[in-house]
Parts: sequence; C-alpha cells; structure tokens
Amino acid sequence: MLNSDVMTLNFTVSPEDFTRAGEASSNVKSKLKQMGVHPDVIRKVSIAMYEGEINMVIHADGGHITVDISAESVTMELKDQGPGIEDIDKAMEAGYSTAPDSIRALGFGAGMGLPNMQKYSDEMDITTELGVGTTVRMIVYM
Amino acid sequence: MKLKDIQQLLGAEVLSGTEFIERHAYHACASDLLSDVLVHVDNQSVLLTGLCNPQVIRTAEMLDIICIVFVRGKVPDESLIDMANEREVCLLSTRLTMFSASGILYASGLRGGNSVE
Repeated sequence: MLNSDVMTLNFTVSPEDFTRAGEASSNVKSKLKQMGVHPDVIRKVSIAMYEGEINMVIHADGGHITVDISAESVTMELKDQGPGIEDIDKAMEAGYSTAPDSIRALGFGAGMGLPNMQKYSDEMDITTELGVGTTVRMIVYM
Repeated sequence: MKLKDIQQLLGAEVLSGTEFIERHAYHACASDLLSDVLVHVDNQSVLLTGLCNPQVIRTAEMLDIICIVFVRGKVPDESLIDMANEREVCLLSTRLTMFSASGILYASGLRGGNSVE
C-alpha cells in the first residue's frame, strides 16, 4: 500500500439484533489479515472496534461505522444517533454501566467497554450530545 | 497443553474443530462475563464459559481464542457450531462445573493469563 492510499470501509450496525453485533469488526479483522497487517495491530483494532460495536447495539439502536486503513494507521469512526452520553467521565470509569439486565445476562454490560476501547486504541475521542447522538473516533497506528 | 489433552482431562465432547485438536493452548480463562474476557485474555487461549450465545464465538474470534469449553453440560445450537467452524474455533462441552474444570486444568499445568494491572 502506498503512503497516500487510504482504503475506506463502511458498515451499518443494525439495531436490536444482538446476535449480529460484531459482524463489522469481524469483517475488518479479515480484511486486515488479508492485507498482512501485524497481528498486534489487528488485535488492538479488533477488540477496540468490537467493544464499540457492542456499545452501539446496546445503547444506541445501532449506527454507522467508517474504517479508514492507510499505511500508517487504522482510523475507526463509530457514529450513532442514540441518546448521547450524559457524563463522559463517569462512562469512562471502569465498572460504571447503564446497560439493562437483558444485556448483562449475555455477558456484557460490565462497564468495561469504553475503558477497554481507550486501552486498545492509540488515540480516542468522543463527541456526544444528549438526544442527538455520539461519535467515537479511535486510531490505532501500524 | 494440547486441546486433545484438555478434552481428555475434562471428559469433554468435541462439538467442532476436531481437526484442530492437536493445537497448543498456552493460557486459559474462565468467565461468564465477556466484558472481562475482552480485557484480560492473552493469545492462544482457551475460554471456559457457561454462556451459549453468538457473542461468545465473536469474542473468541476477536481475541484469537482457539478453543471454547462449555461447562455445566451446556451445548450450543447448530448456528453457533457453524460460526465456530467458519472461524476455526474448537468447541468442547463438559459436564463439569466451571470451578472443577478450571481446577483440573490448573492442576495439570495450564495457567491463566496476566492478572489485573
């Protein structure tokens, strides 16, 4: 891949279908593998994006994910039109969660999603507005 | 430890991935909380769990977990077995509880990954 080349992948995350959550992350993982990207980078991208995708299904009725892959980095933008995050600092605290019991019964909702996304991405920023939606942008460097 | 050894030690049934039974697992974790698994798991791992939903397979996929052991006699439905086959994940099912299965594997030399920082 030339330095100036960027490959863009677009995904729609369907709402309320928890069984399909993770399909976009799975696609990106396969693509990065095909491209011969380093396994450590693939792992970071996979975990960060999967956590984000799960969050979109749990909290925001799905949304849209754009992934830009260049020779230097993988940039993931997860955009939803959900309720927004009332208190980002609190949401970033390990263990804080607003997920319903139905989600906890499936093994999620432990309040580890956002902290884990931060842990596995090299850069992360969140823009959110109550009643409008949330955009999470994460970068993992090659 | 080979997956074949895990299967024998736990008296487990192989549900998928018979062809991968000679693979080596270097670590294991046991949890019904996938959120935690996503935080703490290392490479080449085995996951012991009582959860039987598609996200167990997806979590394994994202973490390069090579084998899932369903404990307490849980058997996933066909769609999960198909998912695991597509992703080359070996699925085992044992009648043992999570505590007993973990204890047997630990006593046989298999260890957990990193502890919490």
